[in-house]
Amino acid sequence: MSKILICDPTLRDGNHAVAHQITSDQIALYAAAADCAGVPVVEVGHGNGLGASSLQVGLAKVPDAEMLRVAKEHLVHSKLGIHVIPGFATVRGHLMQALDLGVDVVRVASHCTEADTTEQHISYVRSTGKEVYGVLMMSHMASPNVLLDEALKMQSYGAEAVVIMDSAGAYVPDDVSERIGILTDGLGVPVGFHGHNNLGMAVANSVAAVRAGAAIIDGTARGFGAGAGNTQLEVLIPVLHKLGFETGIDLYAILDAADTAEKHLMPNPPIVSSTSIVSGLAGVFSGFSKHVLRLSAEYGVDPRDVFFELGRRKVVAGQEDSVIEVVIMLAGKGTKTCH
Amino acid sequence: MNAPVAKLKVAILGTGNIGTDLLIKSLRSQWLQPTLFVGRNLTSAGMVKAHSLGVPISDQSINAIADKPGCCDLVFDATSAADAKRHAAILRSLGKTVIDLTPAKVGEMCVPAVNLGDCDDVPNINMVTCGGQASIPIAFLIGQTQSDVQYVEVVSSIASRSAGPATRRNIDEYVETTEKAIMRFTHANSVKAILILNPAEPCIDMQTTIFATVGSANLPALREAVSEMVANVKQYVPGYELVVAPILENGRIVVTVKVQGLGDYLPKYAGNLDIINCAAIAAAEQIAKKRALQDPTQLKVAIS
Repeated sequence: MSKILICDPTLRDGNHAVAHQITSDQIALYAAAADCAGVPVVEVGHGNGLGASSLQVGLAKVPDAEMLRVAKEHLVHSKLGIHVIPGFATVRGHLMQALDLGVDVVRVASHCTEADTTEQHISYVRSTGKEVYGVLMMSHMASPNVLLDEALKMQSYGAEAVVIMDSAGAYVPDDVSERIGILTDGLGVPVGFHGHNNLGMAVANSVAAVRAGAAIIDGTARGFGAGAGNTQLEVLIPVLHKLGFETGIDLYAILDAADTAEKHLMPNPPIVSSTSIVSGLAGVFSGFSKHVLRLSAEYGVDPRDVFFELGRRKVVAGQEDSVIEVVIMLAGKGTKTCH
Repeated sequence: MNAPVAKLKVAILGTGNIGTDLLIKSLRSQWLQPTLFVGRNLTSAGMVKAHSLGVPISDQSINAIADKPGCCDLVFDATSAADAKRHAAILRSLGKTVIDLTPAKVGEMCVPAVNLGDCDDVPNINMVTCGGQASIPIAFLIGQTQSDVQYVEVVSSIASRSAGPATRRNIDEYVETTEKAIMRFTHANSVKAILILNPAEPCIDMQTTIFATVGSANLPALREAVSEMVANVKQYVPGYELVVAPILENGRIVVTVKVQGLGDYLPKYAGNLDIINCAAIAAAEQIAKKRALQDPTQLKVAIS
């Protein structure tokens, strides 16, 4: 039976769903529950990862160091993971401190065509002996062959795995099979997949990924994450087991962890809302959702128009300021709604 | 001021995109005369371009200037941070003014619209970063017009194709240099710089947003100052434009500018490269003007 490594970014991607307001108590509760269920890697942090607390993306309630300290205290078996985007987090300003606090797995991310911005960070982590993965975000924006070239760069810098993210929830299963297939054939390191559920495809896409050779899958409790949410972890685990894959995760314990998360972490579990469907169709980063909804309401424009315009402009993760510009532009034009 | 009898002689170290674009801008200047274009390889695209424009070239790197110190009065250093540090000491001993376009952070940080007057009499002038040149004029005004500036953040998005391999390999250097400059020009309690590369085709123009949290916002004062400042920057960076005038949104002051390049040697979308070069030329011209005022005959004598 082939084994799938599960990474759980509930306490990182979930921060997008609550405008980065996850508290230390919530981190303590969920980290302990995930640890108890046997989740191999628990990722913690601001929605955009280390050093990303900002007016651009949103200020985190809890500083990075505090989040990591609390999580580390409550993880006995699980490894502590972080998401790191060069351009937000620097080696000297953020990464060194995080490693000192006991981070075990560093996932260094870039937009899917910008892998060469990750060299400094990946090679630094490698030099410390900690585990390091490369992550290609918004992977639907590049062709499969370009993704392979970029993943190969990350591998050459020392990445021990490469994860592609469907950050906009834009894929259907065939898209995933093709990309994961090309990556697993072309790379010498394991390949991973991180789904979002904008088109209701996150679990199906994750299944397509493992069937095409992916060895790492991300999922979060109740799908807690940006936009329509991530791959729902407590659904994914039994589905993988049913298909004959091994995860090492206990069913009852992961169901309990998901219940704990729903009760204590989220005002409401994520749903595939009308705007997140549009966001997925437009191929816009799921993390933009809260900004689009807030600004659209402030300026009286249709958030769906905003998502399609952002998609037309091909904005990438981290360009939240473009939402302001687009909303003001649309407010100036006046939008039509059918009643 | 009228054009001088003789122009300030400038050498350009580094024949990549930045150096070659600087060469074209220097050739157009009424105040500057490029007398030497220096690199390591006579067949590079920049060298070929310089030669075709009739500018003396050399592949002897810094030695070309050390061996013939009379060749120039001022040196633009468009190499790398590590080389620029080494060059700075040599050029200082030769008495050459240096305008440094790398993030070496050796000299006085200069953003022409803000502190040109502080930079025309120092041996080494640092042009910060592209994001610094775009954001600091506005960030500086936030510091001037608002009370209790707690935090300033600047986010620049640039076209992937305008970010060369050195920038990509060393994004941290960009972030650290920009943050240091924002701190210096705003005196905010804390600062942050973010850089985003966007691969969209056709390429996006450089866009920079300046955010701030302050005690209690005074938007009318900021708006007035910003529109004046944008006009000032436009005098040396014609493609500098206000996209989002100061607003208060979700508890933060927000201002967005965009920069389109002149399209001299680099494509128009490379506003990030254009703005740092335009700023470097503005600094060099200021030095030329000052020297001409101090001793109108000196330049003429030096060149004859």
